[in-house]
Amino acid sequence: MGAQSESGRQATAAPIGPPCAIELRGISKAFGPVQANKDISIQVVRGTIHGIIGENGAGKSTLMSILYGFYRADEGEILIGGKPTAIPDSQSAIRAGIGMVFQHFKLVQNFTVLENVILGAEAGALLAGPLARARQVLGDLALEYELDVDPDARVEDLSVGHQQRVEILKALYRQADILILDEPTGVLTPDEADHLFRILRGLKEQGKTVILITHKLHEIMDATDSVSVMRRGTMVATLATRDTSPEQLAELMVGRKVLLEVEKGPAQPGRLVLDIENLRVRDDQNVERLKGISFQIRAGEILGIAGVAGNGQSELLEVLGGIAYGTGVVRLNGTSLDLTGHHSDGQSRRAQGIAHVPEDRQDLGLIMDFTAWENMAFGYHNAPEYQRSWLLMDNDAIRADCARKMARFDVRPPNPALAARSFSGGNQQKLVVAREIERNPDLLLIGQPTRGVDIGAIEFIHRQIVALRDAGKAILLVSVELDEIMSLADRIAVMFDGRIMGIRDPATTSERELGLLMAGMGEEAKGAQ
Amino acid sequence: MDFASIIQVLDSAVRLATPLLLACLAGLFSERSGIFDIGLEGKMLVAAFASGAAAAVSGSVWLGLAAGIGASMLFAGIHGLASITFRGNQLISGVAINFLASGITVLLGQYWFGLGGRTPALEGAARFEPITLPFAAALQDVPVLGPVYYELISGHSILVYLALALVPGSAWLLYRTRFGLRLRAVGENPAAVDTAGVSVLGLRFAAVAIAGILCGLAGAYLSTALSAGFGREMTAGKGFIALAALIFAKWRPWYALMACGLFGLLEAIAIRYQNIDLGVMMIPVQFTQALPYILTVVILAGFVGKAIPPRAGGQPYVKER
Amino acid sequence: MMEKMPAWADALLVPLISLLIAFVISGLVIFAIGENPADAMKLMVTGALGSTYGWGYTLYYATNFIFTGLAVSVAFHASLFNIGGEGQATLGGLGVALVCLLIPWPHWSLALLGAVVAAAAFGAAWAALPAWLQAKRGSHIVITTIMFNFIAGALLNYLLVNVLRPKGSMDPASARFPDVTNLPGLDQVLGQVGIPFSKGTPVNISVLIAVAACGLVWALIWRTRLGYQIRAFGKSEKAAIYAGINPVRITMVVMLISGALAGLMAVNAVQGEANRLLLNSVEGAGFIGIAVALMGRNHPFGVFLAAILFGFLYQGGAELALWTKIPRDLIVVIQALVILFTGALDDMVRRPVEQVFLLLRKGPR
Repeated sequence: MGAQSESGRQATAAPIGPPCAIELRGISKAFGPVQANKDISIQVVRGTIHGIIGENGAGKSTLMSILYGFYRADEGEILIGGKPTAIPDSQSAIRAGIGMVFQHFKLVQNFTVLENVILGAEAGALLAGPLARARQVLGDLALEYELDVDPDARVEDLSVGHQQRVEILKALYRQADILILDEPTGVLTPDEADHLFRILRGLKEQGKTVILITHKLHEIMDATDSVSVMRRGTMVATLATRDTSPEQLAELMVGRKVLLEVEKGPAQPGRLVLDIENLRVRDDQNVERLKGISFQIRAGEILGIAGVAGNGQSELLEVLGGIAYGTGVVRLNGTSLDLTGHHSDGQSRRAQGIAHVPEDRQDLGLIMDFTAWENMAFGYHNAPEYQRSWLLMDNDAIRADCARKMARFDVRPPNPALAARSFSGGNQQKLVVAREIERNPDLLLIGQPTRGVDIGAIEFIHRQIVALRDAGKAILLVSVELDEIMSLADRIAVMFDGRIMGIRDPATTSERELGLLMAGMGEEAKGAQ
Repeated sequence: MDFASIIQVLDSAVRLATPLLLACLAGLFSERSGIFDIGLEGKMLVAAFASGAAAAVSGSVWLGLAAGIGASMLFAGIHGLASITFRGNQLISGVAINFLASGITVLLGQYWFGLGGRTPALEGAARFEPITLPFAAALQDVPVLGPVYYELISGHSILVYLALALVPGSAWLLYRTRFGLRLRAVGENPAAVDTAGVSVLGLRFAAVAIAGILCGLAGAYLSTALSAGFGREMTAGKGFIALAALIFAKWRPWYALMACGLFGLLEAIAIRYQNIDLGVMMIPVQFTQALPYILTVVILAGFVGKAIPPRAGGQPYVKER
Repeated sequence: MMEKMPAWADALLVPLISLLIAFVISGLVIFAIGENPADAMKLMVTGALGSTYGWGYTLYYATNFIFTGLAVSVAFHASLFNIGGEGQATLGGLGVALVCLLIPWPHWSLALLGAVVAAAAFGAAWAALPAWLQAKRGSHIVITTIMFNFIAGALLNYLLVNVLRPKGSMDPASARFPDVTNLPGLDQVLGQVGIPFSKGTPVNISVLIAVAACGLVWALIWRTRLGYQIRAFGKSEKAAIYAGINPVRITMVVMLISGALAGLMAVNAVQGEANRLLLNSVEGAGFIGIAVALMGRNHPFGVFLAAILFGFLYQGGAELALWTKIPRDLIVVIQALVILFTGALDDMVRRPVEQVFLLLRKGPR
């Protein structure tokens, strides 16, 4: 396919071989001053799986939105099966045979599977007929593609993996020939991901075309026939997968050699900081989410919690951070923490030496409409150094403190008066990390520290975490990115279904072993390595 | 309390529950699509005024009805514009509509009729007269069932029967048709509807329009069936009681019928038995007047089970970037 | 990411344009009922602002609206929509009446102090239950406060007819308060510093309390820990919980403050003007507070300005009703239009203004 060059423009080649299922020529799209897509050209051969990889903000989502009719491109054209096709709205995309499986499922939770499948594709004004027809079709599709789902189940009762199948069924019900999947494996266990790729291969064999958008290099290598790399709105390269390697792809994504490993010396664990015994947590629906967790963290070590999202890690952070209640024993520096009463809130936790970088910085960690300096006091608004008198706060002191921390953590632009939403994801995260680390906590809770963060900021944040460890603090790191856990953690605890499946040393374990634990296979399955 | 009084109170309850039911169903469609509507009061009020005025001027109650529905739909359109097109705060829009209705009805009423805000008294063809169902007079003397049929079931105006018929009608529309499926979906997850290629805005405007029609019926009923003309502030909080009934009914049509029936009954009791002497103590008339509101608060306090509103209720739909 | 328009445009220009639109439509309504909008406007201006007499009434009304406007705006900072100002002010009036009638005050200043405390306490108490229901049971505060407005009305009715009405009187009203509790009018206050002011207007010393309240609310919201927590909670309850801010506590405290502010309005209306408790002491001021808060963008200074605007509308409207065929309900219509355009149709004004600024920015290439 095309060749790449430093300037990033794709060299055009005359299309040869089988006709393209879908071709983009010169697609450009700008939102005000931001050029989200610049002169994108791709050819996807029918009956192949084509990957699109790129960092956050590279323009992948915008491109897909254009393909699905959410946005109209400013320039360029789309050709489906060789014919120029206009896609002004979702209806046109569906008519053109494009089906999209979104990262955040577009399902109505309290509808059944059948109702979700026919929504928008009901042939007729009454429901009885379309429902019956859909039941029939779903049965056929299940046989053909391993897409088993109970048609009468309510979506909210289904597992995430099954909900994703409903999304795929929706597309197939509408007779999609081209399936686009946006980051499909973020919420799946390794086994569910394998099943998904089997489904995709089945689709490919039936002549369907699949476009896979992902940021996971190993998925590209394992599942795709060809791959396009996007960087900062442009198409940097399109290659056959067998002709490339993860290192080459990573470099193309970022534009420079990427250090995939973190430099860190061996841990020197000291006294016991966190001691958890039989911690149990129930959610709002009284379903048990943590089913008796026990572990310890010492000063000067990083304990990484690995696992697919939704297996209790969030609840663990919430209980320790004072957001949720639980039962059991949690001791910090020897003192028991209150888990169920008045002193189970964020203020008490902070007072006792726990700092918390939450998993979702925009939802929890920052108030997006507040300025950077106002956010610097968030959670620490009672701190004595921020008060002018018993009644009034000292806004000048907070501003000065913010400026200092922004400088130390290289937050750009270094303007305390800017609203938090004006900063990029990486800089927002640096603000939160700066705020929490600079409090000199005994225990730092940190969840998904580099989600949606650019590579430069990732390296910075990783170094800060290691520095904190070397300063003799205890760190509980939760991440769904296994590479992040393996490179940062001194010990790895794998969580599945609210329990710890095992604790491993990153030096002696493997992704395969961790993956099995993450999927719920205990010690017995270790032999499969 | 004898049997005849019971029948009379129930009869009165049916008449009083009707505008509540119509307004409640209006709110149901709107809120199921994700648009909060606290402007039911205002829509009913303008409809009552427009009906009363048009019926007085033209002498025809049907013209009055049309005018009432038109006025209510106009205000519903304003709410739709503010909530859907301009993605404004739906609660504030509702409050504004209530005020606007309150002021403009008296303003226009005084300008047109000079009666201090009222419309002229209606009579004859300008009102909805009670309809006697077949055989009602003949069966009147049958013990128990006779009076029940004659007084309670027969003898209401057509809008009452229409309102009752709208309950199964709404249930059918919501649960058995494509439109209903899409409407319910758009109140739970508008993104699901949008990506399926169906217009979110279109569905929501349709829901708001339906609410406009139903409030129009409710308001017209007030001034042309229940009373004989429009009086200032004649809705007297009924729109809010309808809203409470909606929550009590967990946004379901058949439960709405029961909730409105109950509130209609309460109002009937309050009107008939002013200061209630219970021997040991006296229940002042102000208490019975406040009772519907007190009960509403009790309901809202959640002591009668959790009421889960449509998931996407109150939030303007913005396409994900 | 750049701000779409400068802060001053957001705070001033957009509300002003919305106001203008509301006025234009009102003008059309006036025209439709056969009066001349320009004449009407002139009459309003001279009647409300053309003399200290007019100003007296304008400021009297504005005082009411400052209190109710502050009440709504404080609650808005916590994302709570307190429509119960009407009921809270009614209860405030009850508090004022009870202290003025039942306690033998030696001097008006002490009576004023007592009334302020009572009005605030009663107003806060009336807001407490809806607040608790929202915080603990999730009952939507908009609906509960609307219900409580109606319940307050019924309660006042009952008390005035059966309890507070002096024997032999037919009015549903309380007895007159003792003269010692009467508040000095603004003319007396200004007279102390040599400024002449009309004697016959109801504006009294409460206007100074209202202005002070503006300052106190500003300091509360932007300079105290409580204010910080209120604003954070108002932006995101989830984030607030993360930060250790207690949602129940904040909801209760905010609504108590809000109810207290609404209740204080009664000091002006009941003790300052009527000198007895009437059925309609509040007379819609609670609802106008909503319009004032929206126009004033929930900032005390904006509330102050918007309150004066509405005071002008009220007094101007009274003059119109006196001299023309235009009923006072026109003011209700104008009020509704202001709420509609500054509150719900905000985007309709905002978007074109943003476009203009975007064009200006792109302008000279």
